[in-house]
Amino acid sequence: MNKESAAALKGKKKQILENWMANQLKDAALRDDLMSVSELQQQSEEFLSTLLKAFASPNAEDTDSAGYESIHDILSEISITRARQGFSPRETSAYILSLKEVLSQVLEDRFKDETAILYREIISMNKIMDSLSLVTMETYIKGREEVILRQTNEMSEISTPVIRVWEGILALPIIGTLDSARTQVVMEALLEEIVATGSRIAILDISGVPTVDSLVAQHLIKTVSAARLMGAECIISGIRAEIAQTIVHLGIDLTNIYTKATLASALKMSFSMLSIQVSKAAQNGPVGSKQNFGF
Amino acid sequence: MIVISKEKLTIQKEQDVVLFRNRIKELATKIGMSLVNQTKLITAASELVRNMLRYGGGGITHLEIVSKNSIPGVRLIFVDEGPGIKDITLAMKDGYSTGKSLGLGLPGAKRLVNEFDLKSEPGKGTTVTIIRWKNGL
Repeated sequence: MNKESAAALKGKKKQILENWMANQLKDAALRDDLMSVSELQQQSEEFLSTLLKAFASPNAEDTDSAGYESIHDILSEISITRARQGFSPRETSAYILSLKEVLSQVLEDRFKDETAILYREIISMNKIMDSLSLVTMETYIKGREEVILRQTNEMSEISTPVIRVWEGILALPIIGTLDSARTQVVMEALLEEIVATGSRIAILDISGVPTVDSLVAQHLIKTVSAARLMGAECIISGIRAEIAQTIVHLGIDLTNIYTKATLASALKMSFSMLSIQVSKAAQNGPVGSKQNFGF
Repeated sequence: MIVISKEKLTIQKEQDVVLFRNRIKELATKIGMSLVNQTKLITAASELVRNMLRYGGGGITHLEIVSKNSIPGVRLIFVDEGPGIKDITLAMKDGYSTGKSLGLGLPGAKRLVNEFDLKSEPGKGTTVTIIRWKNGL
């Protein structure tokens, strides 16, 4: 990009900004619910000034040069915030692409009679803008990945509730794959709850675990041993028929651990272990009438 | 034996395992495999793919639907370029592990499938091929 076009663009800065803003505002993809117009104006103005300065630098076409460093920073910030705010990829890249249109218009006016130069300058400007739009996409995806990672972490935390089903009995429904990180979370939550409630029995329900391989089994055994060290007995429930067969074929030894097919039978077993008797109350009135429930 | 469909999946991190298992489930459901057979196949695959991640540093898996005497089945091939297995007989023994696991992965996987083939060369890598037929025989 030669000096003349850099100067031409600089001279028309105000007009460029106006047209660019108009372009952005008229685009149907603009999300004024996510970002106010004044905010957008400020962001665009800052970006444009830095970009025009970089155009004027001697090696303007090399977007990895020092002159572009601050541009990369601004762009990354813009696309990361947009990714977090929930802009679509199209909306994010439209930001840069709508500027390209305006810049070409200015160059076209400046070099109206010199087609060869115009052609060269447009190509060179395109090259720069394209590489910047790639930067936008790259950081946009990075921003989205951060969101996904955060969600994964949140999910592993919320999906391991420890429920107090009875005085002295805890239940822990495990849902999803039980990998090392999950086991750590599950074990910590369970052990903490055993201390807090003084429970003597913990029921680990694996109805929601799709595959029980030797690693999952090992994690379960570790959790049971840790609970035992704290004086609580564990019952593993929710062992489905196909999982039982698979465990036998794999050769996993679970004979030292109490296992049950359903959470209900595990609860029944805990009652007998704690010598609790739960029986139907003698019924006085008609079945289903309110006074029978004792509230 | 004819190969009806084939695809490739790269396994590099633990998250890939879930995707891989789901894909096998889709294939097994497609050929009408029963739930018990499906679970056995998926568990065996899960063991092998974990081995591949842990000892082989990741690798490539091939998922194929095959057919022999007009009985369909799922064939899975696990290829890694890890350190390989020095003593295959020992590795196939119950309870033997160079890591701190239960040592049931390889022998267990073998018991869970119909055909099991393990080739390994120290320093070059390991290739495991397993097949489970639809009827489980």
